Amino acid sequence: MVPTSYYLVLSAILFSIGVAAFLVKRNIITVFMSIELMLNAVNLTFVAFSRQWHQVSGQIFVFFVMVVAAAEAAVGLAIIIAVFRARNTLNVDQIDLMKL
Amino acid sequence: MNDALRILPEIVLVIAGVVLMLADAMMAKQSSRKPLGWLAVVGALAALAASLWQYELPPGTAYFGVVQTDAFSVFFHVLIACIVLVSLLITIDAVKDSTEGLGELFALMLFGAVGMMFMSGATELLLVFVALEISSISTYIMAGFRRKSAKSPESALKYFLLGSFATAFFLYGIALIFGATGTTRIEAIAAAVGAGNTPALIYVGLAMIIIGLGFKVSAAPFHVWTPDVYEGAPSPVVALMSTGPKAAAFAVLLRIAYGAFPLLHTHWVPALWWLAVLSMTIGNLGALRQRNVKRMLAYSSIAHAGYLLVAFTALSAEGIAAASFYAVSYAAMNVGIFAVISHAGEYDDRLTLIDDYRGLAYRSPLLGGAMAFFLISLIGIPFTGGFFGKFYVFAAALHSGLVWLTIIGLINSGIAAYYYLRVVTAVYSRPAEASPVMAVPRPSMPLLLALFLTAAATLVLGIVPTGVLARARQAAQTYPAFSQTAGTPLSER
Repeated sequence: MVPTSYYLVLSAILFSIGVAAFLVKRNIITVFMSIELMLNAVNLTFVAFSRQWHQVSGQIFVFFVMVVAAAEAAVGLAIIIAVFRARNTLNVDQIDLMKL
Repeated sequence: MNDALRILPEIVLVIAGVVLMLADAMMAKQSSRKPLGWLAVVGALAALAASLWQYELPPGTAYFGVVQTDAFSVFFHVLIACIVLVSLLITIDAVKDSTEGLGELFALMLFGAVGMMFMSGATELLLVFVALEISSISTYIMAGFRRKSAKSPESALKYFLLGSFATAFFLYGIALIFGATGTTRIEAIAAAVGAGNTPALIYVGLAMIIIGLGFKVSAAPFHVWTPDVYEGAPSPVVALMSTGPKAAAFAVLLRIAYGAFPLLHTHWVPALWWLAVLSMTIGNLGALRQRNVKRMLAYSSIAHAGYLLVAFTALSAEGIAAASFYAVSYAAMNVGIFAVISHAGEYDDRLTLIDDYRGLAYRSPLLGGAMAFFLISLIGIPFTGGFFGKFYVFAAALHSGLVWLTIIGLINSGIAAYYYLRVVTAVYSRPAEASPVMAVPRPSMPLLLALFLTAAATLVLGIVPTGVLARARQAAQTYPAFSQTAGTPLSER
């Protein structure tokens, strides 16, 4: 049986890749996908711990995360379309009407 | 049935929201959607009544211990219902009859409130997460509501990307805490920690949760999205999202920090201490150099999140009461000032810079006076809610021996006075001869009502704060671990 720690290390790596891609990538769709990667890394953590504790609640949590992620994706893509129509670009650096 | 009564305000809001969307679909295409706003107001009023009624319920949990009704949750339910009610009035005033998708905007405000209310009552991290997302997703959509304008979708995009980023951190924190304790129930987590079960995972998890919630309450250094989002989003929506989700996120932070991890306070109090100092300082210094009123208020809201965090670090029942009271007084004055901005700016088409507000008091004495009053309250001058809010927060901090934090906070309040007073001076100075005198539209009935409610609340909180304070103290009793040690300095615990 694969030890739980392997899954945890893998999900930590996936989460870190997601964070790095979120900060580095310039295309909105890629940035959005890196958020999904982070959420799925969390899902893997939940399932791994769920097996370790012999509790089904972790897996149920994953179902909720998936549903919420789907809702978020629907809204997120709609917002991205609205931005694209208004600005004709998908580069985060060019969406800078308001400066920090 | 008994269980359903414990989530009655949420049920009322969901029904109102669904009825609203159905009515919106059945109305003739050309007809004005504004009457739907009044339907939403009725829904919010009913939710407010249901929340107040919940004070009669004995404290307890429902749905297998997932939701809890106690003085603390009811306090925030009432606050959120009031915020949504006034925000709806402001929206009715601001939008034109022809605005597209109005019915959905009103429904989203109600659905967002459902999420915020569940956040304040949740005792299971799963529900906290789902509720946080209900409230966040509604506000993402609302921020981009004026989708024909250039700034509004941009504001929604920034809010959405950074908000989901924060949610992922929050979620990872929950997963790690689940891994460390084998449960996601707040009480059970506290029991596991109490039994000495504290692997390193739990600290990482707690840190992740604090990062995630730090984003939601826009505490520095997680504040970067706030100015852009507030600048681009429609003013009536900013009135809601700068107060409602923030109050709810603070309720969640209180519930998690004080409810699940009271025994680890030596670890999270220093973290919150730094968050408080950074938020106050960065918020106030950032506000100093803003020329846009909404951006300035965004930085001011970062600073106010800092003041609220000061109350958290006090680690006493007095601190919880002060934080709850502060959330109320901040909501009253901030919703009020955004009511003025929304009307004077005619739904954001003009009047964006501080200079644009020059002479507002001469064009409309009522709006100018109201704006000055709310600004004075934001500074924290006596006879306004802002004064007692700050007073209780810093008193609680002092009683817990946090002298340095109090000093930093008071210096910051001094800095804040400068940029608020700059706007007050602009409002009351005569407009330059050359500038085109812009007529301010006559305030409509819903706006007058909104201004009256927020100004009256700010004034009452500043003169007789005892009523709300008693409720806030009652809310603090929900955390017995801290009510007994109230008043003793941290070092003696």
